[in-house]
Amino acid sequence: MTQWSGYFGLILQGALVTIELTLMGSVLALIMAFLAGLGRLSRFFALRALATAYIEFFRGTSIFVQLFFAYFVLPLLGLELTPLQAGVLALGLNVGAYAAEVVRGAVQSIGREQHEACIALNLGRWQGMRHVILPQAFLVMLPTFGNNAIELLKATSVVSLISLADLTFQAQVVRAQTGNTMVPFTTILVIYFILALLISWAVRSLERHMARGLDGVRV
Amino acid sequence: MSASASIIKVDSISKSFGSFKVLDGLSMQVMPREKLALIGPSGSGKTTILRILMTLERIDGGHIQIDGEQLYHMERNGQLLPADERHLARMRQKTGMVFQLFNLFPHKSVIDNVTLAPMLTKGTPRAAAEKRAMELLDMVGMADKAKAMPAQLSGGQKQRVAIARALALQPKIMLFDEVTSALDPELVEEVLNVLWRLCAETDMTMLLVTHEMGFAHDFADRVLFFDRGRIVEEGKPDEIFRNPKQERTQGFLKKIIAAGHRV
Repeated sequence: MTQWSGYFGLILQGALVTIELTLMGSVLALIMAFLAGLGRLSRFFALRALATAYIEFFRGTSIFVQLFFAYFVLPLLGLELTPLQAGVLALGLNVGAYAAEVVRGAVQSIGREQHEACIALNLGRWQGMRHVILPQAFLVMLPTFGNNAIELLKATSVVSLISLADLTFQAQVVRAQTGNTMVPFTTILVIYFILALLISWAVRSLERHMARGLDGVRV
Repeated sequence: MSASASIIKVDSISKSFGSFKVLDGLSMQVMPREKLALIGPSGSGKTTILRILMTLERIDGGHIQIDGEQLYHMERNGQLLPADERHLARMRQKTGMVFQLFNLFPHKSVIDNVTLAPMLTKGTPRAAAEKRAMELLDMVGMADKAKAMPAQLSGGQKQRVAIARALALQPKIMLFDEVTSALDPELVEEVLNVLWRLCAETDMTMLLVTHEMGFAHDFADRVLFFDRGRIVEEGKPDEIFRNPKQERTQGFLKKIIAAGHRV
């Protein structure tokens, strides 16, 4: 009879690493999304070009290769990263590129009349963006951001390939040690699913909270 | 009237959207405190001139002076250069605008709609901005809705808040772009009453684009009839509405009356 409790402990440790990666990756992705998304809407060609290059490059290459590049190639260029740093960097930059397009689309979805009200009230471009356009656009971004965060959660499993002890890595350890495939992989399947549900729930709550008052019914 | 005393001086401006010429060598002058009604068929350029004065559209040619200063040009060493964003921002302080569709900020409460611009553009402290906002909301009869969200208001209420919001920046010139056109008929009155009150209690210059001919007649000092990017006829309301000289003015007014508007 295998001592499962010890192995479950391993898997839970892996879950913590996965959660950590997801949170840190999401923060980086969010920052990159706003930088690149607003960069694409900039008046300045250089900023637009830079943002577009970033988005196209990170959407156009595989997260797997990006991760290996961060972990194995950057040290050759003099930048040594821990597996966690490499994981956060690759995941954040990759998902940030997708989310940047969400930011751009949401900002552009806000009607021209809101921009004109900003001009008529003499708000500067950034003031209008910060106080009028982005708060409304953020509500439009939220559902898709939820999708992006779940994508990021699932993509964290690739870090097991650079020997970071996340959920998937620990499941493989347990499998190697016990010879049992079904129990560890069923367990992490359920855990990934629960984590994804938590993200969905959190994003929906935030959405409800932020939409309060906008439809004239809930206050 | 002397040219130097006018608060708005438009000098042969032109504006095209693609190949469509909206304004064609338009010139006009507005005196301080004057109440001006701009009427005419749709596409005649009357809304465009308001949008140009608010810097929502750029002109293709000509000059505009507001309060003695060039709007779209800056004088540097005796030369006229195209205005930069700083110059435009300074010039915009003189002018406020109210839109046909209110353009309130839906994510902000009524009072926050009114206080936002003074706090951001003039650095007014929140307490002072809110005090002033409550005075303005009181004037437009919306003080009891200060905490409400725009989505909870009727069209007429939204428009009154939008007027208070524009007034909060204390402009010298107010532009009203068909401010009652999107309202149900029974809500038009409450907005027009606010305009009457502004007329009585402030000394702002007011330009109105309107289809409310009865109101234009009673309210305006002068009426400009626009057609195809030009001012075809202008004069005192009685002259324009009772005794229009131009054929196009006559035709327009006939159509408007046939559509059930009171003159």
